[in-house]
Amino acid sequence: MSAHSHAEDGHGEHREGYDFAHPMPVSMLLTVFGILIGLTILTVAQASFDFGSFDLYIVMGIATVKALLVGLFFMHLLWDKPFNAILFLGSFVFLALFIILTLTDSSQTSDSFEPKIDDVVPVVAEG
Amino acid sequence: MSTIDVAPENAHDAHGHDHDHPSFLAHHFDTPEQQFDSGKLGIWLFLVTEVLFFGGMFCAYAIFRMLRPDVFEGSSQFLNTKLGAINTGVLLFSSLTMAWAVRCSQTEEYKKLTAMLASTLSCAMIFLGVKSIEYSHKWGMGLLPAGSFFYDPANPHPTATEMVEKHGFSAGTAFFLENGLYFLCAPFALLMVGVLVWLAVSVLKGDKFQTACAMPLSVVCICFFVGVGLGMILESGSDEGHGAHTVAGEHAGDGHVATGDHDHDHASPAKHAAVQVGTDSDLTIRERLATDVTNSGISSELSARERQTTLAQGSVVTDTSTIEGGISETEQNVLTPRTAGIFFGIYYCMTGVHAIHILCGIGVLTWLLIRSVRHDFNRQYFGPVDYVGLYWHLVDLIWIYLFPLLYLIR
Repeated sequence: MSAHSHAEDGHGEHREGYDFAHPMPVSMLLTVFGILIGLTILTVAQASFDFGSFDLYIVMGIATVKALLVGLFFMHLLWDKPFNAILFLGSFVFLALFIILTLTDSSQTSDSFEPKIDDVVPVVAEG
Repeated sequence: MSTIDVAPENAHDAHGHDHDHPSFLAHHFDTPEQQFDSGKLGIWLFLVTEVLFFGGMFCAYAIFRMLRPDVFEGSSQFLNTKLGAINTGVLLFSSLTMAWAVRCSQTEEYKKLTAMLASTLSCAMIFLGVKSIEYSHKWGMGLLPAGSFFYDPANPHPTATEMVEKHGFSAGTAFFLENGLYFLCAPFALLMVGVLVWLAVSVLKGDKFQTACAMPLSVVCICFFVGVGLGMILESGSDEGHGAHTVAGEHAGDGHVATGDHDHDHASPAKHAAVQVGTDSDLTIRERLATDVTNSGISSELSARERQTTLAQGSVVTDTSTIEGGISETEQNVLTPRTAGIFFGIYYCMTGVHAIHILCGIGVLTWLLIRSVRHDFNRQYFGPVDYVGLYWHLVDLIWIYLFPLLYLIR
């Protein structure tokens, strides 16, 4: 069923500001859903392999691809007014700033709340 | 376009054919598109606050994982990956039906719109049902935030009396932890009974509109218990989540990698002096064994011998940091109430706030469902469906990140 099947019932298709709906094709929705499920299976599958220190990057990479798919298609960002996308992406910029700065700080000062118990007791040198 | 004389609101005729003032167009907007765009900007701004709000918890997660990766790895063994994966699938499917619902509201397929909203709601309920199995299972085992954490590998499922005697809980708290699932299911059971009664009454009264609302909502309420059943089946079919009885032992040596820089470099000059102590063959065997990192005891013994030899030769040893086996370096058990408790505190906080968002989503989706039965939406007025859809997709997005970060840590 298409959005324009009602074109003749006098809804004023021709008028500015009255015809702005953009229905997503069902096939596209189903395709995106299929890819998302596939990526979920991939994420679970890769958990049984050991990629050493790349683990976190692989997992976050897959999650980000999924997030992009949801954002661009399900959330309609591909066809939306760019300003909305800028706002949304802006929030992630500030989130990244927040997390990076907090992590760098806590890696310097975290001993105060998570003591490292393997510190060697310093020997007082007798001068 | 004139916006001065406002047409009287007529909720039952969404297709107001007075084109200057369709009934759905608020008087301070010129066109439906302007109204839609304004609302959309509003919901995007709200989603920005949501991202930053959850960001705080992701930040806490990042800090503690950075400080104690071994704790996260060990504690994560207690989370049932199957349940998490099923929930991810359910939530992705609900995102699909939500996006499809937006489409149906734009193409004015009312029956399908109601069905799609009901599917989205049902998935939300299944999600919560599976979650309640997860939560209650952990509560019974004592996998709680720091301060209440009392998991004991020797006795993973203590009875309520044991909780009171051994762990010092009040009788009421112990009863709650023991029967967590009933407490979680109770509100949903009440809701289900209420909706079913409403359905019966509306059928008896012959109120078609109320019946059309109560029918899908009854299915939605029943779906919570479908989720509970699904969770039970998956939980019983695996011993995952009972997990990490050997976690503490497994990671012997890992903790040092994160905190101290021990190079097992035995090529010090003292090594050859050490040959004087003990027989040659004995020592070579020990040296060969010591090349394996897991034999930390033997390598410590060797380095201790080296130190003794160096001392015996009259030099002064100041740097003791490379000698293992001292009391300051005993391997920490990652399952201590404090450390594992921090992981579970973060786990409950993140998944709990996410579940609260699901509950809010259920609320607004129910409102949408009733309006969709009323045929409120059309090609020029589908804003509410779109806005709720955006919110719902964001909740899905957050889960997309939560699932691997909490459940899939090796």
